[in-house]
Amino acid sequence: MSTRLATGGRLIDRGARVEFTFNGKRLSGYAGDTLASAMLGAGQTLMGRSFKYHRPRGVVASGAEEPNALMGIGTDGHFEPNQRATTQELFPGLTARSQNHWPSLEFDVGGINKHLSRFLPAGFYYKMFIHPRPFWKHVYEPFIRQSAGLGAAPRDRDADTYEHYYAHVDVLIAGGGIAGLAAALAAGRAGAKVLLVEQAGHWGGRAPVDGAVIDGKPAEAWIKDAVQTLEDMDNVDLRLRCMAAGVYDHGYALCYERLTDHLADKAGPRHRLWRVRAGRIVTATGAIERPLSFAGNDIPGVMLASAVRDYVVNWAVSPGDRTVVVTNNDDAYRTAIALKKAGLEVPAVIDARAAPEGPLVEEVKSLGVKVLSGKAIAKVKGRKFVTGVAIAAQAGEGAVLEEIACDAVAVSGGWSPVVHLWSHCGGKLTWDEAQAAFRPNPDKGPTGADGAVFVIPAGAANGEMATSSVLSDAHAAGAKAAGADAGDAPTAEVTAEGPIAPVWMMPQGAKPELRAKAWLDYQNDVKVSDVQLAAREGFESVEHAKRYTTLGMATDQGKLSNINGLATLAHALGEDIPQVGTTTFRPPYTPISMGSIAGEARGALFQPLRRSPLHGWHEANGADFEPVGHWRRPYTFKRGDESREQSVAREINNTRQGLGLLDASTLGKIIVKGPDAGRFMDMLYTNMMSTLAPGKCRYGLMCSENGFLMDDGVVARLDEDTFLCHTTSGGADRVHAHMEEWLQTEWWDWKVYTANLTEQYAQIAVVGPKARKVLEKLGGMDLSAETLPFMGWATGTLAGIPARVFRISFSGELSFEVAVAAGQGLALWEALMEAGQEFGVMPYGTEALHVMRAEKGFIMIGDETEGTVIPQDLGLSWAISKKKDDYIGKRGQEREFLASPDRWKLVGLQTLDGSVLPEGAYAVAEGTNANGQRNTQGRVTSTYHSPTLDRGIAMGLVKDGPDRMGEVLTFPRVDGTGVEARIVSPVFFDPEGEKQNV
Amino acid sequence: MLTLQCPYCGVQCDETELSPGGEAHLTRFGPGSDDTEFEQYLFLRENPRGVHFERWRHAYGCGKWFHAARCTMTLEVFGTYPAQVTEPPADLIEKIREKRPGWRWRDLA
Ligand SMILES: [Zn+2]
Repeated sequence: MSTRLATGGRLIDRGARVEFTFNGKRLSGYAGDTLASAMLGAGQTLMGRSFKYHRPRGVVASGAEEPNALMGIGTDGHFEPNQRATTQELFPGLTARSQNHWPSLEFDVGGINKHLSRFLPAGFYYKMFIHPRPFWKHVYEPFIRQSAGLGAAPRDRDADTYEHYYAHVDVLIAGGGIAGLAAALAAGRAGAKVLLVEQAGHWGGRAPVDGAVIDGKPAEAWIKDAVQTLEDMDNVDLRLRCMAAGVYDHGYALCYERLTDHLADKAGPRHRLWRVRAGRIVTATGAIERPLSFAGNDIPGVMLASAVRDYVVNWAVSPGDRTVVVTNNDDAYRTAIALKKAGLEVPAVIDARAAPEGPLVEEVKSLGVKVLSGKAIAKVKGRKFVTGVAIAAQAGEGAVLEEIACDAVAVSGGWSPVVHLWSHCGGKLTWDEAQAAFRPNPDKGPTGADGAVFVIPAGAANGEMATSSVLSDAHAAGAKAAGADAGDAPTAEVTAEGPIAPVWMMPQGAKPELRAKAWLDYQNDVKVSDVQLAAREGFESVEHAKRYTTLGMATDQGKLSNINGLATLAHALGEDIPQVGTTTFRPPYTPISMGSIAGEARGALFQPLRRSPLHGWHEANGADFEPVGHWRRPYTFKRGDESREQSVAREINNTRQGLGLLDASTLGKIIVKGPDAGRFMDMLYTNMMSTLAPGKCRYGLMCSENGFLMDDGVVARLDEDTFLCHTTSGGADRVHAHMEEWLQTEWWDWKVYTANLTEQYAQIAVVGPKARKVLEKLGGMDLSAETLPFMGWATGTLAGIPARVFRISFSGELSFEVAVAAGQGLALWEALMEAGQEFGVMPYGTEALHVMRAEKGFIMIGDETEGTVIPQDLGLSWAISKKKDDYIGKRGQEREFLASPDRWKLVGLQTLDGSVLPEGAYAVAEGTNANGQRNTQGRVTSTYHSPTLDRGIAMGLVKDGPDRMGEVLTFPRVDGTGVEARIVSPVFFDPEGEKQNV
Repeated sequence: MLTLQCPYCGVQCDETELSPGGEAHLTRFGPGSDDTEFEQYLFLRENPRGVHFERWRHAYGCGKWFHAARCTMTLEVFGTYPAQVTEPPADLIEKIREKRPGWRWRDLA
């Protein structure tokens, strides 16, 4: 049983008791505790259950690498699952829940899964997806669903706020241990702008725990001085609780700062995502201890040796009264020393090496601890907690030599440098035989824009494990990052250590029943036997074996398991470890919150909203909005308890019979100006635009170089040198960019200038038989048919407002589009509404606009076109100049498949029963295609109920359509029935255009 | 996330300020060209593991198109230059030659 020691604990404040709850139970710890240390101190060793077999699990580590002690923290809108108890600092009122169990942590029904473990081998999911379908559906899927998911998803909307910060620095240093501090001192003294980030809540890492002596001082004192020196430098910024999460191209890095996770008072942003651009990035991220693979290595009470020492020294927590240390290296002896110094029993150090020797080994022996060399743990005894260990020869198969009673096991399999940040952007690794670890290959680092390596690993992260070499390496890294000469590095006392013996299985010849209880990946429940099975089944690539076994795929991304797993795979394949290689390291280093990624971009701030100059009026007058690009446009203006359909029908009937107003301000308005403007317009549009007379308008089509129709709109020639191009509402920015691309990159010697004036004008369509009357009533311009004929424009003043009036129609009615300065839009609109009262004026929305254009057979970009349609398909050959040698898309349209007569072409479709055709429905043809699907011969592109004709109308593309007038096609509905429609002209209403020409 | 210097406004742009435009120095083939030429112009692109010439637009800045010479493997940027040219500047080609002996791109070397 774990407990709190009476004295010690360098990080806790015994004067400040902190109350918290775990699974509803009230517990207490001290300020400075992590949730894990507080729970251990309160005697709570059982912290959760594993994902697949629901095995009881306790805490293994003391930092970010923890795979087991995952908690749901907080309540309601502040709840978040899968938080590591080892990195969660304690605060008053903290609420934690354990995961993956039902009905309780102590008694879990899913624990039965462990008895099914031989039915849940590596590749279980893949195999079961293939095997008999009924079995999958009725047996496996319900079982998996019940046990699936790591923790519980939050049910409430996130009540916290998040923010993004931006920083540009010369040197970003990841990690505030002694390496990070030494690097920061070197870079800071050289004058570089430095950002030093540390993921934990305190500086100095584990050097004080290990008893390092630096520059003649205890590590604790040296760290305090170093931090003080750095804080006094104006060019250095220090951030605690801020993790360097990822490294990306050209010195870009993301840092994740946790602002209130450690506080009871949650005011202010919870997390801050730093988007950093750094000249150089120093990774002083330390190293992570590896467990050893022996049977029962996941039983609560088995912990990393370094973690045991952290809990004793940092938080005065004893993991057990009697702790057996098992190791293949000298470092774990420090744990035995720390335990003994704390007055705890160490029944034995079990060392896999045949003849361990050196000062640490001698010191442990002198403390009266028995050292069993050449020995292994055959198995750990106990179920929910450790009761003892069975000892065997490391060289054998696990025959038990003796048993030792204990309640904790401290295990060390050696240290792996944290190479994640080095590797994120392509840094390569090299296998260090002497340390049995991968470390950065200095010749193959990620390079920046200047062609130089921009990530500089430092200290333990660079494979330098001794304190003295950590300091000199980090000092040199900091100086190099700042582009300075390295001066004198801090120095440390050296403790000689004997060589590590690589141990990947304990004992090395462990029998199958032991291997099936030796865990590699605690979080995803992957055992040595699973990886060996994967190798036998042919998953030889480490990336395949990873996915097949799920090794390293849990939220800890295999921080503890990766090296042991790939060593196991290498052995099973009879290959060397470097030959097998590692899986890819991907950001983030540890999971970061979704909220921090979103930052402020949520709710109303998710994306910018564009408002027309009349938006406020629309809001105040019952507009039912729809999104059009970033704009919000009124779909319809509902009155009383009208349905949307009724409202749209009323607007159409009123416009066709009297007077309607449309806010057309969102239409793109681009000026093309210059001596070569006409020449340029002839290239942009399929029509001949250079012959358009000033004062006139022309409908134009714009194609991509592929030949496909990309935008349409009315062009007005303002003067000899100037054209005003109207584009679709969603297309203005794209069309403007298209113009600029051609002007800047192909015809850069042409004298043409473009400007996107979309937001400079309000534009109001005044539509209907009474349109001229209401404008005449406003007064100021002669808008008679003689003065301003169809497809003409004129300037003047209306109701005292300077205006440009275009006589164009997208509805088939008499129609004027009036453009005024954006700031005058509302005044004009209100004047029109008032003057129009006697004509029964009503505003109408985009749906009425769409239906009226469809009644007239006018195409809509995005309905009749979808990126593979050319103007010729749409009966628009009249808008393609035959006289021009060239326009953008002309050569593309000459390609065989586009010039083919077999293409589907635009027609009108009229259902025999008057119903509305389903959107996007296909017309079926005889026979089936190679996939056994019905052949098709056309599809619906626009379909509406026409209030004018009181029946369904549609447009569609049909093979040989224009030659098949009167034929009836069948369009299957989703429910399996079909609807018949006759091919007709796409112009359903006023085919002679009499209404618009008055 | 790349950074490229806009040769017009001098800003060291973040990739989020830029829109990519694919391969640089394409020759346009219009009406009268044969299918092979047109296919080459419209679809066939270099895909080097090494030095590449690309088009970028400083879309959320000055709005200008420019070209960048960049190594697709190491992400080293050799230089950027205005788009109003039909081939890279001679001094840039010389710089790449020095840094990458034996380098080739289309008919440049
Ligand atoms: Zn620029």
